[in-house]
Amino acid sequence: MKKLFGFIQKEFRHIFRDYRTLLIITGMPVAQVLIFGFAISTDVRQAPVAVLDYSRDVETARLADKIFASGYFRFAGALTGAGAIEPAFRQGKARMVIVFGNDFAQQIQSGQGFPVQLVADASDANIARLLTGYMQSIMADYLQTSRSFPQGVIPETKMLYNPGMRSVYMFVPGIICLLLMLLSCIMTSVSIAREKELGTMEVLLASSLRPVQIIFGKVIPYVAIAFTVGLVVLAMGYTVFRLPVAGNLCLLLGECLLYILLSLSIGLLISTVTRTQQTALMVSMFVMFLPAILLSGFIYPIANMPAPLQWLSAVMPPRWFIVIIKNIMLKGAGLAHVWKETLILAGMTAFFLTMSIRKLMVNG
Amino acid sequence: MNTVIHTHHLTKCFGTFTAVEDLSFKVARGEIFGFLGANGAGKTTAIRMLCGLLKPTSGAASVAGFNVFTQSEQIKRHIGYMCQRFSLYEDLTVAENIAFYGGIYGLSRKEIRLRSEQLYARIDLAHARHTLIRDLPLGWRQKLAFLSSLLHRPEIVFLDEPTSGVDPITRRQFWNLIYETAEEGITVFVTTHYMDEAEYCHRVLVMVAGRMAALDSPEALKRQYGATGMNEVFLALVRSEQP
Repeated sequence: MKKLFGFIQKEFRHIFRDYRTLLIITGMPVAQVLIFGFAISTDVRQAPVAVLDYSRDVETARLADKIFASGYFRFAGALTGAGAIEPAFRQGKARMVIVFGNDFAQQIQSGQGFPVQLVADASDANIARLLTGYMQSIMADYLQTSRSFPQGVIPETKMLYNPGMRSVYMFVPGIICLLLMLLSCIMTSVSIAREKELGTMEVLLASSLRPVQIIFGKVIPYVAIAFTVGLVVLAMGYTVFRLPVAGNLCLLLGECLLYILLSLSIGLLISTVTRTQQTALMVSMFVMFLPAILLSGFIYPIANMPAPLQWLSAVMPPRWFIVIIKNIMLKGAGLAHVWKETLILAGMTAFFLTMSIRKLMVNG
Repeated sequence: MNTVIHTHHLTKCFGTFTAVEDLSFKVARGEIFGFLGANGAGKTTAIRMLCGLLKPTSGAASVAGFNVFTQSEQIKRHIGYMCQRFSLYEDLTVAENIAFYGGIYGLSRKEIRLRSEQLYARIDLAHARHTLIRDLPLGWRQKLAFLSSLLHRPEIVFLDEPTSGVDPITRRQFWNLIYETAEEGITVFVTTHYMDEAEYCHRVLVMVAGRMAALDSPEALKRQYGATGMNEVFLALVRSEQP
């Protein structure tokens, strides 16, 4: 136990003495959360919308007012004819054009129809889809309030768990998930590879330290660092972006700890099969990070992937952790709802830890 | 003779390649035992087996009275090991390195403090205790690495090419340290490919292509081969084994 303590102390000295790396490790997550949270947002805010109005009556004015008062859209000018639509898109003046047909007020009041066309700039398909979605819900709302339009079934939609449809709700858990993975995996793999490069690994193995003690001596400091970083990111999500923590905070932190341990054990395994710090870094980046982003369901929905990729995503730890963290934070789920994912993560951890300890013993 | 290392037909194969074949020798307490051979002759493999880092394929060996097959943990507690690359942490200070190596052998704080003072006095390093290893000249690093491997007072210390890349004067000083250590009754098992260093050993074992080619004192070997220095002995042995 005393031996292990000495080892951990040494490991912390390495970490704190290399203050540049430490700064990157702790600063990067904070910067990323801020960038993702503020800048890279798929929320619709003040999107430029032009209007082509063939009716010019009271009702179109009322609807347009409602649309531009919502805060999602900004009036980008009135167009004079259909020929002006495409130039408006090409010049980047508008992202969407609303076309009101002839006799708008009359058709609405008589209940004959709803002569509106939405033309969106789909060169960015996601934004176009979002904009039309927002616009349609505003119009549905308008139709309900103008009681003069009795026909048609208009469902009332309600967005549970994220009523504002804010993308930060999706990004913050995703970033926590990826950063913890990346940090833990890279930090451990590089630190062991460094010992190998220096030749100190030989001396450690020839000393009276057991392989298990070496592994724990390497893992514990990095668990501490990664957990602190995780806490900071969570706290930022809570204070800056008002991300709710609906579920049990202890459960959430416990799951974070499990996930960190899992990432570390993958880092350990990588470091036992690589010889230099650079290879360790490359392997961590390419084997873990890229597939983890693409296949975890963080950016691309898993259900839309072809079957082989869906199977592949099942072995990606972030995939399960994202489910856990979202369920706990947003839906307030308890262990009873995420036990399956937790079990998968725990199983993976046990697997990778035993693998790396065995690998270290065989090498030794 | 008080034997501390004893090997009997010790062999190590990696797949079809035999790295060390049929190695049998004894080393006495307090002896400076030289282990010579060209690169790839099997020196490092042999030393790794004796340190409990590698399981032999066949044969038998005991180190400090413990079996290398079954008691590698006990062996590790009774030996010191210094490898080619001086194995100190460059981003830690002298004192921190000593504390670390003392710590992983389970020495108490008090013992570490006491022994590091002795160490500083021995190589006159007290002024540099808070210097980072990175800023320490190579010769000091090498001496410090050697003495760090002795902190837990092992019975045997294994030095794997401890002088590679060090200038002749520093090498000379280093060998003085080795003599002092042997006089304290600690066995020094040293590999080298500097033949002038072989002359300093009590006995040398010459390995050629994984096999033991000769084992005797430098004087006896020189007499046997009618040579004036170990260099000639070594070349004669290598030629006779590899025509």
